[in-house]
Amino acid sequence: MKYESQSVAKNYFIFAMVLFAGQVVFGLIMGLQYIVGDFLAGYIPFNVARMVHTNLLIVWLLFGFMGASYYLVPEESETELYSPLLARIMFWVFAAAGVATILGYLFVPYSKLAELTFNDLLPTMGREFLEMPTITKIGVVIVVLAFVFNLGMTILRGRKTVINMVLITGLIGLAVFFLFSFYVPDNLILDKFFWWFVIHLWVEGVWELILGAILAFTLIKVTGVDREIIEKWLYMIIALALISGLIGMGHHYFWIGPSEYWLWLGSIFSAIEPIPFFMMVVFAFKMVRERRLEHGNQIALTWALGTAVMAFLGAGVWGFIHTLAPVNYFTHGSQITAAHGHLAFFGAYSMIVMTIISYAMPIMRGRPQGNCLKAQKLERVGFWVMCISMLGITLALTVAGVWQIVLQRLPDSANALSFMTTQEQLHPIFWVRLACGVAFTSGVAIYFTSFFVGDKRGLVVAD
Amino acid sequence: MADNFTKGMARNIYYGGGVFFFLLLLGLTFDTMLVLPDRDHRENITEAVAKGKHLWEINDCVGCHSIMGEGAYFAPELANVFDRYADSDNDGVGDDEATFEAFLQNWMAIQPLNVPGRRQMPQFNLSKEDVHSLSEFLIWTSRVNDNDWPPNKQG
Repeated sequence: MKYESQSVAKNYFIFAMVLFAGQVVFGLIMGLQYIVGDFLAGYIPFNVARMVHTNLLIVWLLFGFMGASYYLVPEESETELYSPLLARIMFWVFAAAGVATILGYLFVPYSKLAELTFNDLLPTMGREFLEMPTITKIGVVIVVLAFVFNLGMTILRGRKTVINMVLITGLIGLAVFFLFSFYVPDNLILDKFFWWFVIHLWVEGVWELILGAILAFTLIKVTGVDREIIEKWLYMIIALALISGLIGMGHHYFWIGPSEYWLWLGSIFSAIEPIPFFMMVVFAFKMVRERRLEHGNQIALTWALGTAVMAFLGAGVWGFIHTLAPVNYFTHGSQITAAHGHLAFFGAYSMIVMTIISYAMPIMRGRPQGNCLKAQKLERVGFWVMCISMLGITLALTVAGVWQIVLQRLPDSANALSFMTTQEQLHPIFWVRLACGVAFTSGVAIYFTSFFVGDKRGLVVAD
Repeated sequence: MADNFTKGMARNIYYGGGVFFFLLLLGLTFDTMLVLPDRDHRENITEAVAKGKHLWEINDCVGCHSIMGEGAYFAPELANVFDRYADSDNDGVGDDEATFEAFLQNWMAIQPLNVPGRRQMPQFNLSKEDVHSLSEFLIWTSRVNDNDWPPNKQG
């Protein structure tokens, strides 16, 4: 660790992993509820489990992004963090708000939670992924502003690298677009139109800048390739991400009210969206091939390559298969969407956070060349089990989606099966998905175990 | 990438492309705002429709159902539930508002169904007036011009 204040990242990473474990548990509950419909129905209804599952994901990714930023910005800026104290305080504020919100979901009926949190004063609850109470949303705004301020001040007084600038642009975008979550008009169509300004412009926009910056930083560190080359790639990848992704938002506007021209714009531009992800794969492998040093932390390298590949598959390939309007007409809101959501979020965002954790955590624990070989080996097993199981989940959901469309969407109204009947037909495939979910959980357990095994000094390199 | 393609060029493509397409997005958003009133029929958003939307939100209906294909995929699509259950002349478009509301009043009242193994909708303890609002909201939603989605009544 080059700067003392980088260590504020540690708590963020640890807490992110705790929330990740929680997310996976609720995923298993829902996986079972898809088959045994009334499992835990009186205690954890499906909608509650889903809120917990998705909100934990969002919050742990935010914790991960924050940890990554607090770690890499001082090192890139070549100066201590502007205020480590502010970063520490905001950690506890965010953690407390997050935990309180999740407990609220679990132990209070949602409408009661709305009442308790004075939702009527500024109603923002009850929209997908943005279910958190208004006061939690305000808390998130405060935490993110303090975070962006802290990093901005650090960058201002230090070295302004491309990675720093791209990262801070992404984070400012994240903060700005989140503000649309406070706009909840009576008109459902307007509501939906601007809801996507949060969701799409996050995951298919500014988050890609954050992802690119973290990946570029890690690659510089573990490959030793010249910064000039890496930065050129970073610029091109995020350029194409924005060029395709901004108007690519149209693929969400096909069937929710906006005009027909979005069918063309959304199809054409989102068809380009896989390209930046493909470039990311080429980039990562090329940098590794041209590496100028042999870093002891080989598993961090594996994570970086894995992120590029899995992000390309999840966001690129699985995004493309249902993004053209004539296809999306049949796949919209089916299990295909769920398949894409799982692989894209895991491949792009969960994995980039685990990449930086894999690189930075050992250093913060006094292991500059990474964990010992035994721990790295175990982490590698965890890596593969998680990746393969998530591909299994995705394939199962894709088969479920195709079969759902065949039974429920392709026939005419007289011959199509109802939604509920169709879902019963899909049970065997949902069992496969659940089995893959169990495998994924074991992968997470193996991965977590790797933090605690082997030589506490980490990898010892003989000079 | 080729050596004669410099970092400066890449940076210019990023900033130029990013700004251009963001401005294009703003322009298209502006245009959509002009077009939407004719497609969403906002003149029909009564107090009941607005209240129905609010009830839809504070009970997290979207946590199980989808509406216009967005939401969870655990329970049926509801943007066309009016077309599905109140289409008396069988032309694919709902027309019988009274029948639909009666259906919804009954459906909400008999939850949870407690059929073993079946996905279970909770009892939300909504008043008759609440369910009326919800019904008005779903009827309004079904009439938005959504480029003819979904493909059939089953949603």
